[in-house]
Parts: sequence; structure tokens; C-alpha cells
Amino acid sequence: MDHRVYADNAATTKLSERALQAMMPCLTTIFGNASSIYTEGAASRKIIDKARETFAQCLGVKNPNEIYFLSGGSEADNFAIKGAAELMLKKGKKHIISTRFEHHAVLHTLEYLEKHGFEVTLLDVHENGIVRPEEFEAAIREDTGLATIMFANNEIGTIQPIKELASIAKKHGVLFHTDAVQAVGTIPVNIEDLGVDMLSLSAHKFHGPKGVGAIYIKKGIRLPNLIHGGAQERGYRAGTENIAGIAGAAEALKESCEVMQERNARLERLRDKLIDSLLKIERSRINGDRIHRLPGNVNMCFEGVEGEAMLLCLDLQGVAASSGSACTSGSLDPSHVLLAIGLPHEIAHGSVRLTFSTETTEEDIDHIISVLPPIIKRLRDMSPLWEKIVNG
Amino acid sequence: MAYSEKVMDHFANPRNVGEMEDADGIGEVGNSKCGDIMKMYIKVRDDIITDVSFKTFGCGAAIATSSMATELVKGHSIKEALQLTNKAVMEALDGLPPVKVHCSVLAEQAIKAAVSDYYEKQGIDPKDIVGEIPEPIECHLED
Ligand SMILES: Cc1ncc(COP(=O)(O)O)c(C=O)c1O
Repeated sequence: MDHRVYADNAATTKLSERALQAMMPCLTTIFGNASSIYTEGAASRKIIDKARETFAQCLGVKNPNEIYFLSGGSEADNFAIKGAAELMLKKGKKHIISTRFEHHAVLHTLEYLEKHGFEVTLLDVHENGIVRPEEFEAAIREDTGLATIMFANNEIGTIQPIKELASIAKKHGVLFHTDAVQAVGTIPVNIEDLGVDMLSLSAHKFHGPKGVGAIYIKKGIRLPNLIHGGAQERGYRAGTENIAGIAGAAEALKESCEVMQERNARLERLRDKLIDSLLKIERSRINGDRIHRLPGNVNMCFEGVEGEAMLLCLDLQGVAASSGSACTSGSLDPSHVLLAIGLPHEIAHGSVRLTFSTETTEEDIDHIISVLPPIIKRLRDMSPLWEKIVNG
Repeated sequence: MAYSEKVMDHFANPRNVGEMEDADGIGEVGNSKCGDIMKMYIKVRDDIITDVSFKTFGCGAAIATSSMATELVKGHSIKEALQLTNKAVMEALDGLPPVKVHCSVLAEQAIKAAVSDYYEKQGIDPKDIVGEIPEPIECHLED
């Protein structure tokens, strides 16, 4: 099988041609250090400045200086949360609110802070995978200093009511950070309209290069520096900039925003076609809200089969997908996201996530529709668990 | 994490897969909560395992180790089957990724469980012959 269907765009995406073209000069002729005053340095500086403007424009930010480049989503999350925690200490606050289904870049950072005396409340995300604003408000305490709630979940693609949550946080004087790694470039994100204080994003999720991301930090918030050294990124993150990466990220974001409306209309139709078709399989279910969901996200469970086995079969049939089964998470438990929406372990083991992008075609979806049901049948035929399920 | 060609072969073309109608012994190990269940069926004549089959719910390694274990005991005496170690199953598959070693342990236990069941059906206490079949080591869930 030579034709591959890449259906794991939530993990990472292919670098776009335009992003590559934007990067090439920075890997060849434009090599100066952006901190140098001579012509070569100025050429590099210009690229970074332009990229920052592009980010600001695409994300509804008036002041480009509120955007800082760094190495990606994990770094942005760590920076925002640990930095805000340090600010909290000065104010005598120690309570942080988040959700049960955040990315590990957030959850593990919070666990680290708990070891250092902070208290964390993780909000329930309910069966539909969406935080309830009233529960967020009820969780806010006198000593709450930070809330960090993801924009769109990376596994089940559910979109959170960020604008409403941010306004509640503001009302109570709580800093609000959102991990928008799965949202930026995928759905419209207007930062000033949302009213968030900090936002993390990562270029490789929208056809930009890996190892490049950015954080939005609202003016007036002064986090402690992340990397001490030179004056790059206004002192927040010392180190000679990754010019090619930044140029590629900006071009990829610009392109994503240009094609977004048309692409999403198409992806939503393909997504719904796939979900409707796979739901015809007995004892299947869709994970997460069907409406408030990323346009390219399908996450389903099929009882009686194990996720990794499905992925291997799909790979043999030319499809790259992912799963929240324990075997693929590298841990002993199935995905914390699927457990957070209330799935029992045995069902969570049988999940498959298919995520699409601008590159996805109708033929790709049809191919999945033709190969996945027989894979599930074959695995169920050899599954003692399935035997128990059907025999009651 | 990548599987060896042998693992992929046994996963894609499992040997001796399916239920056995007239099995003399049936063993089942693992549990659905941990993500793998192996069920082994054996047919025994004159202390020789003349036929064996399996059904497995689990990952690629679980299916491949089940398949390989059936191959390694088929046509052998019960005594030999009881000597089958998870290591032998792994070696026959050209190795497993470290996180998948427990699958080979399950495969070894599934064979032992099927032999135990065979003895019980014969009215023989399997304890002294087969020994205890320990709980699988890997899956320890809090709730
Ligand atoms: C929601 C979310 N946050 C954070 C990250 C980490 O981003 P990065 O890989 O750029 O560090 C990811 C990507 O894996 C993600 O999906």
C-alpha cells in the first residue's frame, strides 16, 4: 500500500510548502545574529519583527510585543504556570484551578507546584468533555491566583467556553492562562476578544516547524524571566533566536488563517461523515461533545477491542492514527482524558483518535470507512472480552 | 517503540487463533481493566498437547505472544509446556519492547492456566504440578 492516510494531525502536522519557503532563506543567506547592529543582523531582526506582527494580526492582538517566541507548547505552558505561581507567592496566594483533562505539560507542571506548597483544584469536564463555568466560579477561593484551562482538548477535541471562563477569572482577580496549542491555526482565536491573560501555542500543530511556539502575555503582567542571559524576547527568554523556525511558524499561521473558513467547513463535513459511518458499528461511541468540537477530530471507542491493536492494523492498511489505550500511552492506565469523561477502563482501552488537516481528502475518509469496520470485526472475533460482552 | 518483524508477523497472521469447541483445558488470564485478556484452549492426548488455540483481547504484543506461545507448546508434552517461560516466548519473537514484557508473562501464565484446568477436569489437583499462577505484575490500578 503506497498511499498513506495521515490521520494524526493532533500529534503533529506536515510542514507546509509556504512555511518551508519562508524558512529557506533563514537557513541559507540570512544568517546574522538578530542582536547585531550591522546589515546582516538587521536582516534577521526584520524577520523576527515581521513574524511577531503576523502573529499579533492573526490572533487579534494589537501590540505585537505581547507575543514572545519560544520552543513550543510545553515550554509555553511551563513558563506561564510556573511564572504565575511565582507571582502568586508574592501575593500570598497558593491556589490554582485547572481541569482534569489538560495536556501533561500543564498537569505535570501543576503536580510539581503541588510538591512546592501550591494547592490545585482540577475541575470536572463531565461526559461531554466541557468545563462548566458555574463550577469554575464556585471553585475560586480567596487565595486563588491562577486558572489554566485548555482551549481545545488534544484527544477528544472539545472546545471550552474560554471567553466566559476568562471573564469569570477577571471578575475575581484571578490570572487566566489557556493552552491553545490545539486551537491556534485550527479554529478562530481572537485573544483580545477572549480576554485571556496568557495563551500558549505551538507551530507544529498548524503546519509550521517543530520546536517553535509562542506565548501571549498581556501587557502589565511581568513574569519572572524563563531563561536568564541575553536580552532576547525582552529578557524573558535569553538565547539567539531560531530565526528560520520563527519565520516558518509565522507563515504557517498566516496560511492557516487564510484557509481556515473553507477548510473547516470541509473538515466538519468529512468528520461528521466519518463519525456517522463508524457509529453504525455496534457498541461504538463518540467521545466528547459532537458540536463543540474541533473540525478535524474524531475520537471513538469500540468495545471489546484494544486500541493499539487497532492502530497496528490501521497502519498495515495505510492509516496513521492514535489511541488512548494504556498500551499506546506508555503507561499502565488508559488516557486520563478518557477517564476524565467517565469512561470505564475497559472501554477507554478501545479508543481510536483520527485527526485531520487541510491535506485530508474525501478519499482518505472513504478509505478509513472501508478499512476500519473489518479491522474491528477481525479483532472482535479473536477477543474473549467481546465474547463476554455479546454473551452478557 | 517498534516491534520486531516476527512480532508483526504473528500479530498480522496469528497462528492457532479461535475458540476450540471440544477443549480438554481452558485457561484465562489478565483482565479487561488492564487492557489484556488471554484465553488458551488445549486438547490433550497421552500427556501430549495435540492441539492448542487462543483468543486474546489486547495490544499487538499480547496477540503476538499468544500466537507464539501456542506454536511453542503445540505437539509437546504437558511437562514441556509447563517449562515454557516468558523469556522463551520473547526470544522466539526476537524480543519485545520493555513495556511489553508483561504480555509474554501473560502468555506463559495462560498456558499454565489451561493445563491447570485440564488437570482439574481430570480430577487431579493441579497445585503441585503447575504451581501458583501469580497475578500479572504490570497492572496495578488504584480504583
Ligand atoms: C494541548 C497541548 N498542549 C501542549 C502540547 C505540547 O506542545 P509541544 O509539542 O509544542 O511542546 C501539545 C502537543 O502535544 C498539546 O496538544
